[in-house]
Amino acid sequence: MKTNLQPTSETRADLQVCPTTEPAWLRYGLIFVALLFLGLFVVLPLIAVFTQALEKGLGVYWAAITEPDALSAIRLTLLATGIAVPLNLVFGLAAAWAIARFQFRGKNVLITLIDLPFAVSPVIAGLIYVLMFGAQGWFGPWLTRHDIKIIFAVPGIVLATIFVTFPFVARELIPLMQAQGTEEEEAALVLGAGGWHIFWRVTLPNIKWSLLYGVILCAARAMGEFGAVSVVSGHIRGETNTMPLHVEILYNEYNFAAAFAVASLLALLALVTLGAKRLLERKVRQDYAEFAANQGLEG
Amino acid sequence: MSIEARHITKTFGSYTALRDVSLEVKEGELLALLGPSGSGKTTLLRIIAGLETPDAEPAGTVLFEGQDVTNRHARDRRVGFVFQHYALFRNMTVFENIAFGLRVRPRDQRPSEKVIRDRVRELIDLIHLESMADRYSSQLSGGQRQRVALARALAIEPKVLLLDEPFGALDAKVRQGLRRWLRRLHDEVHVTSVLVTHDQDEALEVADRVVVMNQARIEQVGAPEDVFHHPASEFVMDFMGSVNLFHGRIESGKAVFGQLVLDHPHTNGADGQAARLFVRPYDLDIHTQHNGRPGLRARVERVQSAGPQVRVELVAETGEAVTVEMSHAQYRDGRVSSGDSVYVSLRDARIFMEDYSI
Repeated sequence: MKTNLQPTSETRADLQVCPTTEPAWLRYGLIFVALLFLGLFVVLPLIAVFTQALEKGLGVYWAAITEPDALSAIRLTLLATGIAVPLNLVFGLAAAWAIARFQFRGKNVLITLIDLPFAVSPVIAGLIYVLMFGAQGWFGPWLTRHDIKIIFAVPGIVLATIFVTFPFVARELIPLMQAQGTEEEEAALVLGAGGWHIFWRVTLPNIKWSLLYGVILCAARAMGEFGAVSVVSGHIRGETNTMPLHVEILYNEYNFAAAFAVASLLALLALVTLGAKRLLERKVRQDYAEFAANQGLEG
Repeated sequence: MSIEARHITKTFGSYTALRDVSLEVKEGELLALLGPSGSGKTTLLRIIAGLETPDAEPAGTVLFEGQDVTNRHARDRRVGFVFQHYALFRNMTVFENIAFGLRVRPRDQRPSEKVIRDRVRELIDLIHLESMADRYSSQLSGGQRQRVALARALAIEPKVLLLDEPFGALDAKVRQGLRRWLRRLHDEVHVTSVLVTHDQDEALEVADRVVVMNQARIEQVGAPEDVFHHPASEFVMDFMGSVNLFHGRIESGKAVFGQLVLDHPHTNGADGQAARLFVRPYDLDIHTQHNGRPGLRARVERVQSAGPQVRVELVAETGEAVTVEMSHAQYRDGRVSSGDSVYVSLRDARIFMEDYSI
């Protein structure tokens, strides 16, 4: 049975005007503005993508995403992601490890450089690779002599994807590893553990959720990247088109249903990523919280 | 196993943590490194463990049982190290934490699973956490965690046990209990141990010998009684407990501190030299009359009788603040209250002069 032990404060709480709360019209006004904005710029377009995609029926939808060029675009996107994500995972771990664990000259420069892909326009990122590996670029003549194609070919797309996605894992790990410090690793070291043992049994379990979170963000960006990839791809249908590029081509050909069908796949992917991100955010907080609890700092 | 550190210097950039420090720890003893934060005590401990390397120039050496281990990796030194914040592996249970050091050994040296289990069980019994073997560190109290950390360090049968402020993060009550437990444990296990602490009570209570450190150097080494009763320097005197300090100088063979005039035998040729007088609060007596002993007139400011001792705060006629401590029994015999004009006499004191002290 429920007994109300504090009748006055409990029942009156909602009637009392809390001194720190804004007036009702302002609260509801702000909520309304936020919802309106979200509806107009996020929900409506999302609905539009799916309705447009299915406008001409499921048959057309299915044909659009199983047509050879679309399949090849999906394959290429998965390939670029499949190469970029593991590489950036290794790079991110190494960079975060170096930054969190060692003192060295140029550490601040490294931290700043890791953020470069966030700051620089993806188109410029693509152009950098054209400048370096294009026919007129620095390594162009050498590459032509050895019959190696990077620009307007798959390697260029992979390179551009790696460039734009490399901050994600490192950015997630650096603050966590800096907060956690090195005591557990030192304890393992003094107990006689070798480097691999320490990494697999002490370091990795402590950062696993943040690492996974970084990987998911990295993968989402890798699949959705347009600008940098567009510059180096050359838009060769069935060969160097990724999903976003394929959407653009279809759209430019006024093939709206097919364009939106492929776009809906990307949108679906974004929704899945968002869901995974939401779940993981709780786990990432757990990484930090467990650390705090272990230090006796809870509360 | 004995430990020796010879001429250790350690700098971090422009900061000097240790300046030509030499230290010897005898086989089986429990030695305390005592000093304020920044005195270099933790750095010295970490150098012994191999977690830091001493500066190459001037070259210092660390010896275990006479053997040079300066260049031996921390992994191969076989020391037990207990961290201030426990550093338990939080993804492992109490059992797995303690077993870690045995499980990570190379296959040819690794004991069998049964031996590991028996050894861990034994250690869990030793730290009285029989019912908590399957818990994670976040489910333990601070005191329990530190006991697990100690068991984990002992699991590898270390030749040396190094403890870095092991009770620093715990409540006063828990700290006291663990301190005694550690001392008993040491008497049982007899592993050569070095304990770093900034708490003089802890060092004096637990250790066989105390090393007092200050500003990257060792100030004094000795048994707890020596360090407490015969401090070698002003710093040690001050660090070992509260003191009253008077400034004065040597005049014609006597040490003069305002109204206080003391005979001082070692003043040949020291006339005019500045001197400082250190008096423990419990080495002062309060009387209503001048009783012939050296002393000074003062007015009672405040009496604080809640606590194990009665503290009387006074202001001398010359303006210095003076604190006197006495037992409740003494206080009952001669009560004073604020505003009283009294005479404070000296039972024992130490005079430090510029270059030497008595």
